[in-house]
Formats: sequence, structure tokens, C-alpha cells
Amino acid sequence: MELLSNLSLGVEAALSWSNLLYCFAGVTLGTLVGVLPGLGPVATIAMLLPVTYGLPPDAALIMLAGIYYGAQYGGSTAAILVNLPGESSSLVTCLDGHAMARAGRAGAALGIAAIGSFFAGTLATLVLAVAAVPLTDFALRFGPADYFSLMALGLIAAVVLAQGEVIKALAMTLLGLLLGLVGVDVNSGAERFTFGVPELAEGISFVVISMGIFGIGEIIANLERDTARAGAIRAVGPLLPTRDDYRRAWKPVLRGSALGTLLGVLPGGGAMLSSFASYMLEKRLAKDPSRFGQGAIEGVAGPESANNAGAQTSFIPLLVMGLPSNAVMALMIGAMMIHGIVPGPQVMGERPELFWGLIVSMWVGNALLLLLNLPLIGVWTRLLAVPYRLLYPAILLFCCIGVFSVNNSLFDVLLAVGFGLLGYLFIKLRCEPAPLLLGFVIGPLMEENLRRAMLLSRGDPTVFFTRPISATLLLIAVGFLVLLALPRFRTTREVAFAED
Amino acid sequence: MPLGIIDNRDAVAGALFLAAGLAGSALATAYPLGSAMRMGPGYFPLLLGIALAVLGAVLLLRSLRLGAGRETLRGSLSWRPAAFVGAGVIAFALLAQEQGLLLATLTLTLLSGLARRGARLAELLGLGAALSAFGVAVFSFGLGLPLPILPR
Repeated sequence: MELLSNLSLGVEAALSWSNLLYCFAGVTLGTLVGVLPGLGPVATIAMLLPVTYGLPPDAALIMLAGIYYGAQYGGSTAAILVNLPGESSSLVTCLDGHAMARAGRAGAALGIAAIGSFFAGTLATLVLAVAAVPLTDFALRFGPADYFSLMALGLIAAVVLAQGEVIKALAMTLLGLLLGLVGVDVNSGAERFTFGVPELAEGISFVVISMGIFGIGEIIANLERDTARAGAIRAVGPLLPTRDDYRRAWKPVLRGSALGTLLGVLPGGGAMLSSFASYMLEKRLAKDPSRFGQGAIEGVAGPESANNAGAQTSFIPLLVMGLPSNAVMALMIGAMMIHGIVPGPQVMGERPELFWGLIVSMWVGNALLLLLNLPLIGVWTRLLAVPYRLLYPAILLFCCIGVFSVNNSLFDVLLAVGFGLLGYLFIKLRCEPAPLLLGFVIGPLMEENLRRAMLLSRGDPTVFFTRPISATLLLIAVGFLVLLALPRFRTTREVAFAED
Repeated sequence: MPLGIIDNRDAVAGALFLAAGLAGSALATAYPLGSAMRMGPGYFPLLLGIALAVLGAVLLLRSLRLGAGRETLRGSLSWRPAAFVGAGVIAFALLAQEQGLLLATLTLTLLSGLARRGARLAELLGLGAALSAFGVAVFSFGLGLPLPILPR
């Protein structure tokens, strides 16, 4: 019954008028920005982060979570209506969602996506609430060595499960870890990689990197393929799915929700992996797989439920261990730090109203999405009709202001340009930038825990293998690497990610 | 052959990582290394730099062995968007403090607008005016952005 009292505490916090308002504002703003072509959740959150600076921490987090779901839903809307995915998690939605839209059934696709997402969100929130307490108890037993191994496992898993070539992803992770060390070393006070520039002494802000790479860099890449853009679909059709749609879709929704809930917890998992996996599963289970890609509603219902469930449960490692499992969570951890909350197992005990309020507000956010955004689809459609040539200067302005307002520093804006150009080069070199951001956020944490572990063990590195938790985690990490060396898995992995 | 290397995506990526790794570990050796038990500020970055350099080298060597030309880079880089978008944001950063938000926004819009071929000046001026007005209304008045609106 502890669960009930926890949840009621959360309900109290989340359903206060002001927090409800922030949740609503977050969901709406997130959808508004996320629906814009070429802007995924990472860029959307980074861009809207400054809006939350003035808020109390719990309201800010609730709003950010709302922005995240909104952005995700906005991305699906863009994918269905104009075949332009904001980021890879809505890539699969393009396949059948846009095919449905071309057949005049955009409304049904958007409707089932919203309903499926809501169902998945509800299930995932419940799982999160039930699992939080025992997982946190477990996490409190972790020593520095265990944390270090967990981070190593997380980074390796993120590399294996991410898109693109493994060796490049590993290199990007290492580069991110190095970038994370820029600035004054907390242990010794020595300045590292600052080249005497005073602005770098505090380290590089994660907003600079994410806005540079995911904002400015993406814009440059988008401009290059701007010419080939398809026109927006104007006829949306009826919003509610037909009875036949429901009959086809309810099983994929169930399967997608379960799959997403599981895969979201994995490091490197989250929304993208979940939606890919669900699409593959539905295609395999279908009686007539040839319908997929031609507007099969199962191909929208499954992945959309899965990515929402995955988005939700990817909060578990963040809230319980203080570790981000993907780029979006890396941003959330940065946002929490800005608001003075150090994520980790202690948050639940020290700030229960914040912890449970956030969990309940996740569900509220999903409900708001369903209730308020479906009627607004007309607005999003019109927004999508705005040509990109008018949009991107506005997006650039938001990027500039967003980066500036973190430290009130125009130097940061210049730095962001540098990362933007670097990000464009990475896209051209087929180097996925997400692992870099993940490494960047984890870098200082990893060093800190490595130092502490080695100090406690008096310089004996075998501590990583003699502590049972650490040894198990490292064993799993090695397992991932071995899996990667197996030719059979490699082919499956390549096929899985080439499916677009 | 040298041209072939520049053309090869993986070779360029490998060289980039190799250079970054070497630079990182070289810089790290300038900081106290400490011991395994009491790690100095140079210890962890040195490890990372070496690992990055090794990965870069592997990527570079592998791409050379596979032969250039499989994945070409030349011709796929477009300089125009990169140059104008970059210039626009740099101009904003340099102008905002002294010349104010209005002028900085206008310059950002005009410069970045030129990133597309066939951009129309009248349209860009209109967009710039609209964005500056919007920016001042929302950021300066609404959110209290600490940047001057007009030139000092």
C-alpha cells in the first residue's frame, strides 16, 4: 500500500493548478516546436530549456517532461503528414503513417498514434511507479566501482544498440567523454583543456553542445536537402479510427507497449530502439506482411505505442541511478543540475514530492496530449505548411537566445557555432552524434567514480572484478562486445537499422 | 591516391579521431598524472586520449585497406549553407552586446537567409523585421533577456 500513498503524494503535487498549467504549457510548446520539420526531441528540449529557468525545480521538471512527450508526439505528426521525421524514433512512423496520409487517412493514423501512446504511457507510468522503490533500494547499495562499471556498460550498450557503425560510435563516445572533462578539475583544481580561456574554466555547457550539434548542425544538413521536400498533406480525414482499425490495432498497441516498456530501461534504448523493434515484430507477426509500407495501421499503432512507453521508462535509470541512458535523458540530467537537483537514488528519499509528482505528471502529460492535441491537429497541419526557408532563421534565433541565456554568455554562442559546423561534418562522415552527447554528460561522473573506487581499493584495479555487482555488470558489457563480434548478430543489426 | 584518401569518409573520420586522441593525450601529459590510487588530473584524460587515438588509427587503416571510393565525401559537402548559417550566428554573437538585439537579429536573418540559393532579399528583410519585433517582445519584454535592444 506504500505504492498508493506514494502515488497520492504524486497526485497532490502534479494536480496542483500551477503544475497542471506547466504540464499543459510544456506539452503544447513541445508539440509546437517538435512538429517543425527537422527538430527532434533533443533540439526541442534544448531550445525550450531557458523557458523553465525561472520556475521552481518541480514545476520545471514537470514542464520539461511535458515538452519531451509533446516533442515526440509532434515528431510523429510531422512524420505522418509530411514524411519528415524529426528524429530517428519517428522514422518508422513515416513508413505506414505517411502511406495512410496519402490515402486520405491521416486523421486515423494520428488518432491511433495518440490513443496507442496514451495507453502505452499509462502502462509505462505504472511500471515506473511500481519498480521505483525496489530499484532505488538496490541502487543505494552501489559503490563507486559498481557505478563505474554500470556507466561503462551503459556506454557500450548505447553504442551497440545505436544506429551506425560501432567503431565510429565508440570513438564518438570517447570524444564526448574527453569534452566532458574540459574545465577545472574538482579534485585538484587544475584547469584542463581550457587553453587559458576563462570562459572554459567552468566547462562546456551541455546546451552549447546539444544546440550546436542538434540545432545548428542539423539546420545546415537540412538546408542541403531542402529542395526535395514534399508538400504537406492538407486533407486529414476523420480523426477517429474506424472499428476495423481498432480491431487491427489493439494487439499491436499491447505488444508495442510491453516491448517499449522493457526496451526503454536499457541503456541506449528508449524511444528509437523500441519503435524499430516493434515495427519488426509487427511485420513478422502479420498474416500479410506485404501490406506494411502501404499504410498498414499496425505499423503505426505498434511503434507509436512502443516509442512512448520507451520514452517513459527511459526515465527509470535517470531517476533511480542518476544515469542518463540516451541523449534526451542526458539533457534532462543537465536540466536537473541547472535547477540544483543532483539526480540519483537519494532524490526519492529527499524530495519525494518532486519524485512522485514527476511520475504522476508523466501520466497527466499523456492524458493532456490525447485530450488537447487531437483537436489542435488543424493548427499543426497549418504550421507544417510554413516553408522551411521562413522557419530556419527563426529556429536559429531561438538557438542563439537559448545558448546565450544559460550563462548570459555570447562566447557560448560562438562555441555553439563551432559545434554546429563539427556536427555537420559528423553527419557527413556518418558519425552518429548521440553517443558524443551521452559521453559528454557521463564523462565527469565516470572519472569521479573511477578515482573514488581506486582510492578505496588502494590502487588495486581488481576491485572491479571482485565486487559482485560490478563484476556482473562488466560481464554483461563484455557479453555485448562478444555479441558484436559474432557475424550473425552483426548482420541482424545492420538489417534492423537499414529498414527504412 | 592522396586525393582518394581525402575522398574517403572513413579515412577522414579516422584521421579526425586519431588527431583528437593524440592532441588530448598530449595535453593530458602536461597535467600531473598521479598514481593509480590517487589519480591526478591527467590520468583519466590520458587513458581516454590513447583509446580514442587507437580507434581512429584502426578506422583509418581499415578504410585504406578496403580502398578509397566506396564512400565518397567530395562533392557531398555543401559549403554554402555551412558558411552562411555559421556567419549569421557568429554575427549575432558579435553584435548583440554592443549593437543590440534588433540589429543582431536582423543580421542573423539576412546572413543565414542567404544560405539557400535563390533567396529573395525583400522576403528576408520582411522576415528579419518580423523576427526582431517578435524577439524583442518575447525575450526582452517577456523573459527579461539581459541584452540591450538598441545600439548603445
